[in-house]
Amino acid sequence: MPKVTIDGKEIEVPKGTTILQAARMLGPDVAPPAMCYYSKLSKSGGYCRTCIVRVTKMNSQNPNPMPKPVASCRTEVMDGMEVVNYTSEQVLTDRKGVVEFLLINHPLDCPVCDQAGECHLQDLGYENGSEKTRYDFERRTYDMIDIGKNIKLHMNRCILCYRCVNTCEQLTDGRVHGVLNRGDVAEISTFIEKAIDNEFSGNVIDVCPVGALTDRTFRFKSRVWFTKPVDAHRDCKKCSGKVRLWFKGAEVLRVTARKDQWGEVEDWICNECRFDKKNVSDWELEGPSRISHHSVISQGHYELAKLKLDTGRQLKNLKEGKQKSTAKK
Amino acid sequence: MSKREIKFSDETLALIQRIIRRYPEGKQKSALLPCLHLAQMEFGGWLAPETMDYVASILKIKPIEVYEVASFYSMFNLKPVGKCVIEVCRTGPCWLLGAEDLVRHIEKKLNITVGETTADGMFTLKTVECLAACGNAPVIQVGETYHEDMTCEKTDDMLSAYRNRNEVVTHWDKKHVKAQ
Amino acid sequence: MGKQLLLENINTPGIDTMAGYRAQGGYSSLQKALKMKPEEIVEEVKKSGLRGRGGAGFPTGMKWSFIAKPEGVPRHLVCNADESEPGTFKDRFLMQHKPHILIEGMIISSFALGCNTSYIYIRGELLYVYHILEKAIAEAYEAGFLGKNIMGSGFDLDLYVQPGGGAYICGEETALIESLEGKRGNPRIKPPFPAVAGVWGRPTVVNNVETISATVPIINMGGDEYAKIGVGKSTGTKLISACGHINKPGVYEIEMGVPVEEFIYSEQYCGGIRNGKKLKAVVAGGSSVPILPADLILKTAKGEPRLMTYESLSDGGFQTGTMLGSGGFIVMDETTSVVKNLWNFTRFYHHESCGQCSPCREGTGWMEKVLHRIVEGHGKQTDVDLLWDIQSKIDGKTICPLGDAASWPVASAIRHFRAEFEEYIKNPQNIKDEKHYYNLRNQKAPVA
Repeated sequence: MPKVTIDGKEIEVPKGTTILQAARMLGPDVAPPAMCYYSKLSKSGGYCRTCIVRVTKMNSQNPNPMPKPVASCRTEVMDGMEVVNYTSEQVLTDRKGVVEFLLINHPLDCPVCDQAGECHLQDLGYENGSEKTRYDFERRTYDMIDIGKNIKLHMNRCILCYRCVNTCEQLTDGRVHGVLNRGDVAEISTFIEKAIDNEFSGNVIDVCPVGALTDRTFRFKSRVWFTKPVDAHRDCKKCSGKVRLWFKGAEVLRVTARKDQWGEVEDWICNECRFDKKNVSDWELEGPSRISHHSVISQGHYELAKLKLDTGRQLKNLKEGKQKSTAKK
Repeated sequence: MSKREIKFSDETLALIQRIIRRYPEGKQKSALLPCLHLAQMEFGGWLAPETMDYVASILKIKPIEVYEVASFYSMFNLKPVGKCVIEVCRTGPCWLLGAEDLVRHIEKKLNITVGETTADGMFTLKTVECLAACGNAPVIQVGETYHEDMTCEKTDDMLSAYRNRNEVVTHWDKKHVKAQ
Repeated sequence: MGKQLLLENINTPGIDTMAGYRAQGGYSSLQKALKMKPEEIVEEVKKSGLRGRGGAGFPTGMKWSFIAKPEGVPRHLVCNADESEPGTFKDRFLMQHKPHILIEGMIISSFALGCNTSYIYIRGELLYVYHILEKAIAEAYEAGFLGKNIMGSGFDLDLYVQPGGGAYICGEETALIESLEGKRGNPRIKPPFPAVAGVWGRPTVVNNVETISATVPIINMGGDEYAKIGVGKSTGTKLISACGHINKPGVYEIEMGVPVEEFIYSEQYCGGIRNGKKLKAVVAGGSSVPILPADLILKTAKGEPRLMTYESLSDGGFQTGTMLGSGGFIVMDETTSVVKNLWNFTRFYHHESCGQCSPCREGTGWMEKVLHRIVEGHGKQTDVDLLWDIQSKIDGKTICPLGDAASWPVASAIRHFRAEFEEYIKNPQNIKDEKHYYNLRNQKAPVA
């Protein structure tokens, strides 16, 4: 089994493991952020470029570095490979550039966006972004398209990660959607519209890293950090029935799939569980959910989640010549 | 748009069947780009959604697969166009040698701007990227024909010639269907 | 004029027909090749030192030797005739006037690689050349050079032409493969490389038109003899498509090693600058390669004359050098505004970005907008640094080389002409050329 060293930490992984997967095995201090890669979807990743890292040593036979940064989600490890992520100023600068690109045409309408508080682009911007934008042109806008009563599409917020495209393709029989147009006017809308009849289409809400696809039944009901997540389950013929209920007082405002520490869905859930079962009596409650480290939802509510250090501080440490990772427990 | 039936001519259908046989069994989707060119040729120089659905049925693929491809490539018109689409190269060398003047000239002459169609439905003006004819810049493409080393005068002559012919001109010329 | 291996007899009437081509000795190379073993042909190509003529300059023989040969899986040779790099028109010229040399090259190369079905992917705009090739292929079938058991050798080959639909990105080999499969021209994430899993998942080699055509003279004269032409690792002849402000634009076949100065000013080639003007700058290998000012294109930073070779043109790296690229040689005279020209190029890359990965999708549009602002006279002095920063954040961060191709022209224009940018921003009213370049992006069209 190949051994790879990432940010000075060595790990042995099965052949075929990507750098990103190996980094996740090492933990959140090492794992790069990912906006398009989704471990539950095949063929995902490679597009957003936020997970880029630098390979400083190719493998045990070839000590040369790779000339360009690589997408860690799509690059398989080789035995003896050495990779830098948070310990490299160059990588952090590269990533900052990518984050800026993702943000220039994003509307930054977080105050009215239901995703705020659990948005991966917010986290990414917080950790790697600048305080001010250098982009002083009109932002790209799309015409609003109604895609039905359950899912709200805001194409303006989309970062074209292709996760929803892959989800629909992989959870439904036969392909009914994809991407229209090209370049920076590419869009997914028309296709989502047609895929919406499928019983699992609601999962596109959970995989969307931004607020482009949100739950219409939850629209403007509450900020997510005012709601309490509770794990629950029910007997469902279509899916596992394992969900997360989001309470405000005694009322269930929203049902989502459970997500792991990387913000990925654990089990796909069906539209019936998601949209039609909003009574507590529909569910057997299991207890408060563990909320992932990066979420503001965990702030003050449940456990004090281990927060990843923001890049600004890491960069400063590096400049001051301090050794890497000063992560405090 | 009139509700006339969308169906390729027998000759074109036969050509499409020959093209499909160029690819391995089950890979008939590869014939999509040639089919879209042929569809533009037969159905008025542009691809209506019904036309694309028809192409999908012929190739036994999902309509969506046709839409996403048709919207990616710049040669496929997804809105109705005039009988002749005047495509002026606007890139690099053509631009250096006055493509811009040609566009202005045509705009004034036809009283339309880029992307528009004349009121009589004769001409649509389009700007396109490098046509690989930089040695004879500036270049205008109409259908399959390259008009090279263009000047405003030559452009006038070209426009009147097309107006006199008064035919639908498409990238895939009908004469090539017969020849094959 | 040096040796004419590809363009020989190109002006002879009838050379575009089977009879005319054979009258000039055409298909003799094929006859020779079919008597050789495939590995011997690969060996000859390796000996010839032939390098990819599409732009990257990768050794062809080596590329061929990478192709995977799993038992029972067909392999494919695909010719990249998606010539779309601004300033490049050599492949179109060759295919239009001498289609049989490409077909002969395709048969030889397919035989060497063990491919029984090969494709020529030609850009959709060149449909008239598509029909020329179709006709030539029909003639080749009739003459027994294509089909079953070619000339009794036991080798079978079917050759087809495939038209594109208008997308520069399809010149990237994996985007071309996607397009050949009838999909959007989105470049694939590598690995796997086409040599392992290309078109329909089968091992595939993608070569440029000129590269494949060059195998014809290579087999005819032998790899060693071919390698004698040129300088160092730049062997053989190269088609250069010269355009812009020169007296004699056109396609020239040069022996590698011709001095750039001779190429621009000699009557044999470009014939000097139009209207008695002075040379300002040259983009030597298609719009993607770095632009060089007159002094640096004629002489290297070390003061040596610059030659038309892969090595000499890239001498000095990107600081003071450029690339041979595709051979699209764009000459600009002293009246040219580098700023406006850069805007034109950047608009092109913005238009042609496929939109898959974020740095290219967002960055190309941003650069175009900043340049547009400058050209329109509303630029800020900080815009030059901003442009520099944006291009540096695209370069090397993207899935395919289009991102690099979009950033290099920006970087080089600023590197060599920074003062002009600053002057343009400071005094836009002084720019004599008042032309306002049209800015229309007519690509977003509703489907339904």
